[in-house]
Amino acid sequence: MNLTAKDKNTVRTFWAKISTNAEDIGTDFCLKIKSFFPPFFRMLVVYPQTKTYFSHWKDPSPSSAPVKKHGATVMAGVADAVAKIDDLRAGLLSLSELHAFTLRVDPANFKVLSHNILVVLAISFPNDFTPEVHVAMDKFLSAVDLCNYS
Amino acid sequence: MVAWSDQERSIITSIFSNLDYNDVGPKALIRCLIVYPWTQRYFASFGNLYNADAIKTNPNIQAHGTKILHGLDRAVKNMDDIKTTYAELSVLHSEKLHVDPDNFKLLADCLTIVIAAKMGSGFTPEIQETFQKFLAVVVSALGKQYH
Repeated sequence: MNLTAKDKNTVRTFWAKISTNAEDIGTDFCLKIKSFFPPFFRMLVVYPQTKTYFSHWKDPSPSSAPVKKHGATVMAGVADAVAKIDDLRAGLLSLSELHAFTLRVDPANFKVLSHNILVVLAISFPNDFTPEVHVAMDKFLSAVDLCNYS
Repeated sequence: MVAWSDQERSIITSIFSNLDYNDVGPKALIRCLIVYPWTQRYFASFGNLYNADAIKTNPNIQAHGTKILHGLDRAVKNMDDIKTTYAELSVLHSEKLHVDPDNFKLLADCLTIVIAAKMGSGFTPEIQETFQKFLAVVVSALGKQYH
């Protein structure tokens, strides 16, 4: 699935609009939406099978340090992918190797996380998350997912 | 036979009782047609679907979106046997409309997004889990009569 120039523009524009601070995108994004249960924690609740990858954490609640930290790491990764949208395969190479060869994450789980990111975007930015933005973000996240497992 | 806790029943009836079917139904269908454009194949007779604006203002799509929500209402009112409630609808979608059942999940995901946007912070992970469980049962029931 290829991202068109229009898709990339839509993603960049939407991301710029929703990020308050270009340098601190990952953390800021999480701070802004923390009252809406960030995507990563939401995924652990709605899709309990994803918790199997984090059995080494004693406390999987939203207020626990590892969950908050990892949620911020994940969203910072997404922000980084936005910046590297013109060459995701090269830009996400090290993350790709980590998820595919070290963590060995079942590919279905990336789709699950992407879905939860979209749900949180809809909750947080109901007026900006139009169908047109939704399709561009969906295609973008699918491309990121593909990089992470292949 | 799907088991529903009292809390799950209450969550589902509460969500649907606060919905304007004329608003949410069309929004979900429109979003599905835009985000997953191959779904437009089932609406060739509906007129102009050439771009997002045309889809958003198409009166046939509006009407059909509302119809879909009213269809979901039947599942809300018969949560203990959605499979039987939807048997006829499943046959319709399979034998007359020839809809690929994978598409039911896509529409369900779009409905989840629309409800999330509407409920905002009220769409907690627990509520999302229950709502998605309900939609998964609906999607499964709609696919049951495909042979």
